[in-house]
Amino acid sequence: MDATSAGDAMNFVDQMPVLPILIPFMASPLIVVIGARKLAWPIAMLAALASFICSVLLLLSVADGSEIRYAMGGWEPPFGIEYRIDALNALLLVLISGIATIVLPYMLRSLPHHVSLKHHTLLYAVFLLALVGLMGVSITGDAFNIFVFLEISSLSTYVLVAMGAERDRRALTAAYDYLIMGTIGATFLVIGIGLLYMATGTLNLGDMADRIAGLGDNRMVQAAFAFIVVGMGLKVAIYPLHHWLPNAYTYAPTPMTAFLAATSTKVAVYVLLRFMFSVFVPAFDFVGETLTLIFMPFALLAMFAASFVAIFQNNFKRMLAYSSIAQIGYMLLGISLLTTTGVSAAIVHLVNHGVTKAALFMGVGLLLLHTKNSYYDQIAGMGRRMPFTGAAIIIAGLSLIGIPGTAGFVSKWVLVQGAFEQGYWWLAMLIVLSSLLAIAYVWRVVEALYLAEGETGHVDEPLVMVIPAMALALVCVWLGFDTRFTLDMARVAAEVLFAGPFSLSGGE
Amino acid sequence: MGILNLILAVIIVPGLAAFTNWIFAKRPNLRDTLTLLIAFATFGLVLTLFRQVGSASLAPMTLLEVFPGITLAFHVEPLGMMFAMIASGLWILTHIYGVGYMRGNNEKAHAQFFACFAVAISAVMALAFSANLFTLFLFYEVLTVSTYPLVAHKGTAEAIRGARIYIGILMSTSIALFLTGVIWVFVVSGTLDFVPGGILEGTIDAALLPVLLGLFAFGIGKAALMPFHKWLPNAMVAPTPVSALLHAVAVVKAGVFTMLKVGIYTFGVDFLADTGASTWLSWLAAYSILAASIVAMNQDNLKARLAYSTVSQLSYVTLGMALATQMGVIGGGMQIATHAVGKITLFMCAGAIYVAAHKTKVSELDGLGRAMPITFTAFLIGALSIIGLPPLAGSWSKFSLMMGAAEADQLIMIGVLMVSSILNVAYLLPIVGRGFFAGPKQSYAEANVLLWLPPAITAGLCILVFFYAGRIQEFLMAIVGV
Repeated sequence: MDATSAGDAMNFVDQMPVLPILIPFMASPLIVVIGARKLAWPIAMLAALASFICSVLLLLSVADGSEIRYAMGGWEPPFGIEYRIDALNALLLVLISGIATIVLPYMLRSLPHHVSLKHHTLLYAVFLLALVGLMGVSITGDAFNIFVFLEISSLSTYVLVAMGAERDRRALTAAYDYLIMGTIGATFLVIGIGLLYMATGTLNLGDMADRIAGLGDNRMVQAAFAFIVVGMGLKVAIYPLHHWLPNAYTYAPTPMTAFLAATSTKVAVYVLLRFMFSVFVPAFDFVGETLTLIFMPFALLAMFAASFVAIFQNNFKRMLAYSSIAQIGYMLLGISLLTTTGVSAAIVHLVNHGVTKAALFMGVGLLLLHTKNSYYDQIAGMGRRMPFTGAAIIIAGLSLIGIPGTAGFVSKWVLVQGAFEQGYWWLAMLIVLSSLLAIAYVWRVVEALYLAEGETGHVDEPLVMVIPAMALALVCVWLGFDTRFTLDMARVAAEVLFAGPFSLSGGE
Repeated sequence: MGILNLILAVIIVPGLAAFTNWIFAKRPNLRDTLTLLIAFATFGLVLTLFRQVGSASLAPMTLLEVFPGITLAFHVEPLGMMFAMIASGLWILTHIYGVGYMRGNNEKAHAQFFACFAVAISAVMALAFSANLFTLFLFYEVLTVSTYPLVAHKGTAEAIRGARIYIGILMSTSIALFLTGVIWVFVVSGTLDFVPGGILEGTIDAALLPVLLGLFAFGIGKAALMPFHKWLPNAMVAPTPVSALLHAVAVVKAGVFTMLKVGIYTFGVDFLADTGASTWLSWLAAYSILAASIVAMNQDNLKARLAYSTVSQLSYVTLGMALATQMGVIGGGMQIATHAVGKITLFMCAGAIYVAAHKTKVSELDGLGRAMPITFTAFLIGALSIIGLPPLAGSWSKFSLMMGAAEADQLIMIGVLMVSSILNVAYLLPIVGRGFFAGPKQSYAEANVLLWLPPAITAGLCILVFFYAGRIQEFLMAIVGV
C-alpha cells in the first residue's frame, strides 16, 4: 500500500486520501475475526471517528478548490485505480463519516431495541462495510471502482434493512424490494460503464472524460449516459423510481435508517453529478436536455406528489421517508437549473438535509423506546413526556420546513435565488409552495407529540441517544447561521464542477 | 455600554424569563416576581437605549454574516424604538394582569405559558431593531413559532384547531410570499439592508413593482390584511393576556411594523409615490377596514368582535403605508402606538369580565357595567380612543392618516376613515351601553385588583398619549427625513 516510489519512507500524510476508506475497511473484518461483542462497538467507533477526522483534514486541504489525486498502490492512472478528491466529494466524505460517528453512540442503546444481542457483532461489521462502500463511491476516480463500492454499500444496506425483521417482519419484504430494485440499478450502472469502456477503452474518469470529448454524437456514449442516469436514478429514488425507499426506511432498525437516510441517496446524487459534470459535460445536448426536460419536471413532481403523500401518512417514520423523496426533488431541481447557484443549492441541500433527516430519525428512535411503533396515535403526547426528544424533533422539523435560523432555510434560499437568477420566477413560486406542504406534514407530528391526549409523566431518555439527537438538531441551527462549511464549500464545489470535466493530466 | 451591547441586552433579557420560569416552575410567587422584575429591566434597558440614541437613525451593526450579503444585524431608528418601547412597557402591565388572570381563572401550566410569552417578547425586541430584511424575517418566524404554544394553551379541540389555523396561515404566507419577496429583493438589489429612501429604485421593472409589493403585503400575514386575516379571530382561543399583548399589540403590530419598514426602508415612500405601485394596496386596505368592521358588528362573542376590530384597525397602518405620503406613513406609525394602548385596554377588560362573571358574549353583558364600573369605564375610554374621539389617543392617528390621504389626493380614503369611525361606534359602544343601561344590575363584583388595575392604567395612557402626540409625531418625523 505504499503509493510513493520505491525506497521512500512511508509518509503518513501522503497516505491521507486512502485512510478514510482503509481504516473502516480493515476494522470491519477485524470485528468479525475477534468476534467479541464487547469489542465490536469500540472498534467500529474508533474506525468511524478516525475516518471522520481524516475526512475533515481532506476537506480542509481542498477547500480552496484544489484537487488531491492518489494513485492506489503506486499504479499510475489510467492503469491503476485513482482517488480524486475535490471540494464536492470531500464534503460528502465529511457528511458520511460524520453521521456514522454520531449514529454509533446512539446505536449503543437503540440497537438492542431492534435487534437481539447475538447479531450485534456482525451488524457492526456490516455497518462499517456500508460506510466503506459509501465513502468509496465518493472518493474514487475510477468508473468500475464506483460500481464495486456501490455494490459493497448496497449489499450491506440490504442486510441492515433486513435486520429490522425482529421488530417488524415486513422488514424482510422491504429489504427484498430494495434488493431487487437496487440490483437493477446497479446492473444498469454497470451496463452504462461497460458501454463507456467500449467507447473509450478506459475506466479512469479523467481519461474517459478526455476521450469522450469528441464523441457527443456517438450513440453508444448516449446509451451509456441513459443507463447510468436510470441506474443511479433508482438509487437516488428519483420520483417514479422511488418505490423501494418508503418501506426500506420504515422497517429498517431506526439507527440504520438515520444513517442511510442521511447518506445513501446523497451518494447516489453525487455519482449523478460526477458523471454529468466531470465525465460528460452539460454542453452535450443529451446531458443538458436530460436535465431540463426530464430532471426538472420529475423533481417538481417529487416535491409535490411525495409531499402530499407525506401529509397523509399516519406513521412518523414513514412520513419522513416520503419527505426524503420530496427533498431529493429539491436537489435534482437545483442541478437541473444548470447554474453555479443551482448546483451549489443542490450540494448544500445534500448536507443540510442529511443532517436534518438524521436528527429526525434519531428522534423517532427515541420515541420507539417507549412506544410500540411510530404511528401518530402511539406517539400522542410523547413530546411532553420526553422533553429533549421533542425539542430535537421540533428543531429538526423546522429545519425540514426551512424556517430561518436553520440549515434548511439556507438550502431553500440558495435554490430560490438560483431560480430567480435564471428568471424562472414561476419556479421560485413552485419551490416555496411545495415547502408549504412541509409545514403540513411537520405540524401533524408536532400536534401528535404535544397536543394529542396521551399518557403523562416523564419517561427515561438515555443520554447516549438524546445527546447525539440533540447535537444534530443543534448542528441544524448552527448550519443555519454559519455556512462556511456548507455553502462556501458547496460554491467551491459547484465552481469546480463548472470549470470543466476531469482530465487525466490533472489540469482542470 | 456600547449601543450594540445594549440592543443585545434588550433582546436577551426578556429571554432570561424563559429560563427563570423553567427553573422555578414549581414556585409560583418567586417565578412570577422574577418575570415582573425582568419585564421592568427590559423596559429600563429600552429607555436607556432611547436616552442614548433619541430619534437618530444608526448604521447597522453586524453580529455575524450568515452568507455573503446576508447578515444578522441590528440598528436603531425611530419606528423600531417606538415599537420596542410600547411592547416592553405594556409587557409589564400585561404580566401583572396575566398573573391575575391565570390564577383567577385556574389555567394550567403557568410556567410554560409565561416562558413562551417571554420568548415572544424577546423576538419582538429583536424584530424591532432588525437592520435588514433577513434579520427581521428570522425573528418574525421566531415570533410565529413561540406564540403557537400560547394559542394552543388550553389544549381543547377548539384550541388545537385555532392554533392550527394560526400557524398554518402565518407560516404559509410568510414562507410562500414574504420569503419570496425577500429573495427577489436580494436578487435584484444585492442587499437587504434597511436604507432610508429605499433600495429598490432603479433596480426593478416598474410593471413588476406592484407584484413585489403584493408579495410583502400578503406575505406579512401578521398584518392581517384581508383575505389572510382568519388567523387572528382563531387566535382568540388563547388565554386573554395573550390576546391582549400579543394579538392586539406585539404580534399584530410586528406585522404592520414590518409593513411600514418595508415601505419606508426597502421600497422607499417616494419611489412608491412616483410609480403608483401601492395604489391598489390602499384600496385593498380600505376594503379590509370596512369589511372587517362590518363583520365585527355581527360578532356576538366579545373577543371575536375585538379581533375583527383589530383586523380593521391594522389596515389603517397598511393604508398609511400604501398612501405613500409622509403624513400617511407618520399616521401609520402613530396608529401603532395609539391602537396599542386602546386595544390592550379593551382586551384586558374582556378578560376581567370573563374571570369575574364567565361571560364571553356581548348579549350577556346587560347590566354588568353597573356591577363592574371600573372595568366598563376603562372599556369605554379604550373604545372611544379606537373610535378616534378627542381627547383620546386614537384621534391623532386618524387625523394624520386623513392628512396623508389628502396629500396623496385620495380624498375617498378620508371618507373611508370617517365611515370606519361610525362603524367603530356601532360595534364598540353598544357593549358599554348594554353594560351600564340595559337590564337589571347583575350580581357580580369587580374582578381581582390585578385584573382591573392594568386596564385602568392603559385607559389613562389613552388620555395621556393624546397630549403627548406631538412629541411622538416629531419623533417619527425622522423616518421620512424631515
